[in-house]
Amino acid sequence: MDLAVLVISLAKIAVVLTVLFTCVAYVVWVERKVAGRIQSRWGPHRTGPFGLLQPLADFLKALFKEDFTPAQVQRPIYFLAPFLAMTLALMSIAVIPFGENITIAGRTIFFEITDLNIGLLYIFAVTSLGVYGIALAGWSSGSKYSLMGGLRSSAQMISYELGLGFAVVGVLILSGTLSLRGIVSAQSGFWFGVIPKWNIWPQFVGFLVYLTAAFAETNRTPFDLPEAEGELVGGFHTEYSSLKFAMFFTAEYTNMITVACLATLLFFGGWMAPLPWAWVQHVPALVLLGIAALMTRTALRTYRLERKKWYFAVPALAGIVGLIGLAFLHPVFAAVAAPMFWFASKVFVFLFLYIWVRWSVPRFRYDQLMHLGWKVLLPVAAANILITGLVVAL
Amino acid sequence: MDKVLFLIFAGIALGAAVNLLRSRHPIHSALSLIGVMGALAVLYLLLGAEFIAAVQVIVYAGAIMVLFVFTIMLLNVGAEVPTSGSMLARYLGIPLLALFLLQLVRLLLGQYPPDQASSFGTFVGPTEKIGRLLFTQYLLPFEVTSVLILVAVMGAVVLARRKP
Repeated sequence: MDLAVLVISLAKIAVVLTVLFTCVAYVVWVERKVAGRIQSRWGPHRTGPFGLLQPLADFLKALFKEDFTPAQVQRPIYFLAPFLAMTLALMSIAVIPFGENITIAGRTIFFEITDLNIGLLYIFAVTSLGVYGIALAGWSSGSKYSLMGGLRSSAQMISYELGLGFAVVGVLILSGTLSLRGIVSAQSGFWFGVIPKWNIWPQFVGFLVYLTAAFAETNRTPFDLPEAEGELVGGFHTEYSSLKFAMFFTAEYTNMITVACLATLLFFGGWMAPLPWAWVQHVPALVLLGIAALMTRTALRTYRLERKKWYFAVPALAGIVGLIGLAFLHPVFAAVAAPMFWFASKVFVFLFLYIWVRWSVPRFRYDQLMHLGWKVLLPVAAANILITGLVVAL
Repeated sequence: MDKVLFLIFAGIALGAAVNLLRSRHPIHSALSLIGVMGALAVLYLLLGAEFIAAVQVIVYAGAIMVLFVFTIMLLNVGAEVPTSGSMLARYLGIPLLALFLLQLVRLLLGQYPPDQASSFGTFVGPTEKIGRLLFTQYLLPFEVTSVLILVAVMGAVVLARRKP
């Protein structure tokens, strides 16, 4: 075992986990802000400037809340379930590539923790095991709401796993490999010099089936009947408090991020820029500088209205974003960071879509959900495979 | 390195299997069986059969065992109550079992000497090759298996149908 490889892998794991936990925390912030705006209200705006410290407040609350264990739970499984859910959610990030390779001191560094030949199958394996976290949580809590929530959720997840798998087979026929890096590389190039060869164009139906199945797999609205607050109190996580509940929460948002990353990699070309022209390489810098300018302007306006002293933190953050934007002028930094910028922006678009759909659409009834999964998505995905295979073979 | 990993994961598989037999509660047995499936998947990986390892986890541990767990949860089966049993079984049981297993090991080592054992690379690894083999050399077993599954699905539908 090469020591350098081990050290590099450990460093990559540390970086990815840090970035992931920060992303999970701030996806929660984005969700609450966007939810507020959709419902014509502010969203969090008291904890820190623009509510930016709200995730920290939530974490501290979860940490210090009283952690009680009800008397009727089955103890070993009650404690196992949240750990299982969070561990499996974090394991699926291991095969997701973020950008192109770079070479430092004669050693090529890949921007992923590992690149398996069966990368996509590994993610499906981890997702299939994720059912256990919820099923065992629902059962071990020993209450009828939890049991119903757990059973409904497990049945929903195994039904839509099939749809997910079928939807992806079309992409596999076009790419010829199960490795995620290979699938992204198969989408490089442009048709007519303008249209990128992303899998969304030939696999539009597959993409829609994938998106629907992904919403159901992560238990997000309109498929969030397992956690329907009006009907099941909290569903499978009713009897969990403080840190264990925070673990389920983290697992759900991590699954959301994984699914958004997969949608980008499978259908939208991963880290490839959308247009081949020379001026596209300046887009990351311009976008980052634009974001910095917007942040400064909003902070100055709000300061004029409210006169709170800690609003200086937002222009400081804007300064950091602007500096990163300016660093794109350096060609080596741009070559390394531009693919990551494109990947991050596409993933952000999908996360925004997730949040947007959640607060705009009512939830499905349970029998409608099952009908959709088995009688609509499965035949449509099978037809997609048939037609893709025919077109490729002829 | 291979040997160490094999010993660790074979040990996990055996330990989970023994736990399966010894637990009082069916859910603990089901979880131990999932542990056995996971350890077997790692053993397949050690032989280089990556596709089979992933499919083992997806199908066996992730679908079939979920149905087992569902059944146990829905039937609300509780922990077993220990019964008295016979004194003969309690004192002679484990020694006789050990003797039986030793005989089995002796026979197997006689039939399959260690230098003929499977090792990394004995089996077809890449998924493309397995796909090609399934559709060329093993086409008949593949189609027959799918007909078998279809018959099972039809049987399940007929059994679960409500009487009109």
